[in-house]
Amino acid sequence: MITTDILIIGAGPTGLFAVFEAGLLKLKCHIIDALAQPGGQCTELYPKKPIYDIPGFPEVLAGDLVNNLMKQIEPFQPGFTLGERAETIDKLDDGTFIVTTNKGTKHHTKIVAIAGGLGSFEPRKPTIDGLEKYEDKGLAYMIKDPEDYRGKKVVIAGGGDSALDWSIFLADVASEVTLVHRREEFRGALDSVEKVEELVDQDKIRLVTPAEILDINGEGAVESVLLQHNDEAKRMEVIECDAFIPLFGLAPKLGPIADWGLEIEKNAIKVDNTLDYQTNIPGIYAIGDVNTYPGKLKLILCGFHEATLMCQSAYQRIFPDKRYVMKYTTVGGIDGFDGSRKEAEKAVVKKIGNKQNV
Amino acid sequence: MSDIKITIIDREGQRHEVDAPTDMNMNIMEVCKAYDLPVQAVCGGMAMCATCQCYIISDHDLGERNDDEEAMLWEASFVKDNSRLGCQIPITEDLEGLVIELAPEE
Ligand SMILES: Cc1cc2nc3c(=O)[nH]c(=O)nc-3n(C[C@H](O)[C@H](O)[C@H](O)COP(=O)(O)OP(=O)(O)OC[C@H]3O[C@@H](n4cnc5c(N)ncnc54)[C@H](O)[C@@H]3O)c2cc1C
Ligand code: FES
Repeated sequence: MITTDILIIGAGPTGLFAVFEAGLLKLKCHIIDALAQPGGQCTELYPKKPIYDIPGFPEVLAGDLVNNLMKQIEPFQPGFTLGERAETIDKLDDGTFIVTTNKGTKHHTKIVAIAGGLGSFEPRKPTIDGLEKYEDKGLAYMIKDPEDYRGKKVVIAGGGDSALDWSIFLADVASEVTLVHRREEFRGALDSVEKVEELVDQDKIRLVTPAEILDINGEGAVESVLLQHNDEAKRMEVIECDAFIPLFGLAPKLGPIADWGLEIEKNAIKVDNTLDYQTNIPGIYAIGDVNTYPGKLKLILCGFHEATLMCQSAYQRIFPDKRYVMKYTTVGGIDGFDGSRKEAEKAVVKKIGNKQNV
Repeated sequence: MSDIKITIIDREGQRHEVDAPTDMNMNIMEVCKAYDLPVQAVCGGMAMCATCQCYIISDHDLGERNDDEEAMLWEASFVKDNSRLGCQIPITEDLEGLVIELAPEE
């Protein structure tokens, strides 16, 4: 069982920054995200696009903002449960919570902060009958650890950046990579398309377009897929493989959190105050894009602000008798849980003259 | 420039006649959102999510789909010949009287 002070659901910018603010208050955080990597919408939807309205950054790429947030929270050593969706919540008699993921990982926490954005990013699944029975048995909709595919025969389907990038990456890891796409045109970065072409020429990737996977076969696990060429003859082909990875993009769904007894309005969690963004269940907060209140704006900046107020309130809830005074980081510095300390340089000039001491 | 009238049929079949400004650089997805119609617009208008997919019911000529729009519609569900992505269609005076229907959610 993973134990923490604040369990954050969602590793988007809001959830990541909450780790920093909690760290200043000496509270430990653990983050769950359905995606295999942190960053939420910034990483999933627009990593290479510039953002212009983060104070102090005239322009920053969404991917760089996430990298910077990860660096900023490093000293506070958050734990991560990635590639798993928070599924159920149980409130214990002492007011603490147990949150369990769809893979059965249990987290015991004093506070739950839902920073779930538009919802957990769920893969778009192809329309193939009986798909579910092969899930995690050779069929995967995202790649968590490429090493799982070492020496295996892999079929990837899709026409976007993920399908191209993973085909390139696995060309050196898997024993065979086949990339299947419904169209001849790809929608991805030009250099990725060119790299795939190069690997096709070197026989490291087999490219099959325009074509579609119609079926999966195998006893208990993926053993082959049935492919239909979208040519005049509609020729069928069986491709033997150990893994089938359809990468058709992701769609966010509020999902199981909608059944936790929280007040929901238009797909968002209602917080009846802007004091600390606590929900109708004491001890559960909702911050960032996932919440709604009069005047709500879905902006990164607003998520940061909400995370800060949430942490102050969480601290008071955990330590009702302790008094805490907010300190500026410039004045108080930062004490990481790893023993690191950051503080402003002292600049006292003791004496002016021959023996100047700084 | 002035407002134009467009009709949006929601997923329950309800018709909404709305005013759409032609001078605010808006597109059909943004007009739907401005009137609180249930368009998620997950990607914020980058032709990357298809949650703004709609069917063009009237016989307005909206021109060819652009490359991004076309590519997204290859991967989306419930796509028909008259499918378009609302976020890729700017509001212009030529769209006066346009009738669209929101595509089902995936
Ligand atoms: C194209 C585009 C451009 C944008 N440009 C800007 C801009 O210029 N400036 C700006 O301020 N904002 C911009 N935004 C909005 C900004 O990205 C969001 O406000 C921000 O990402 C919200 O952060 P968040 O951490 O609250 O949620 P998200 O970034 O949505 O992260 C939520 C995370 O929670 C996870 N999650 C949800 N439910 C669960 C669950 N049950 N279990 C596990 N994980 C779960 C999701 O997988 C996701 O990773 C833009 C958005 C888009 C789409
Ligand atoms: S809003 Fe995402 S495709 Fe139009």
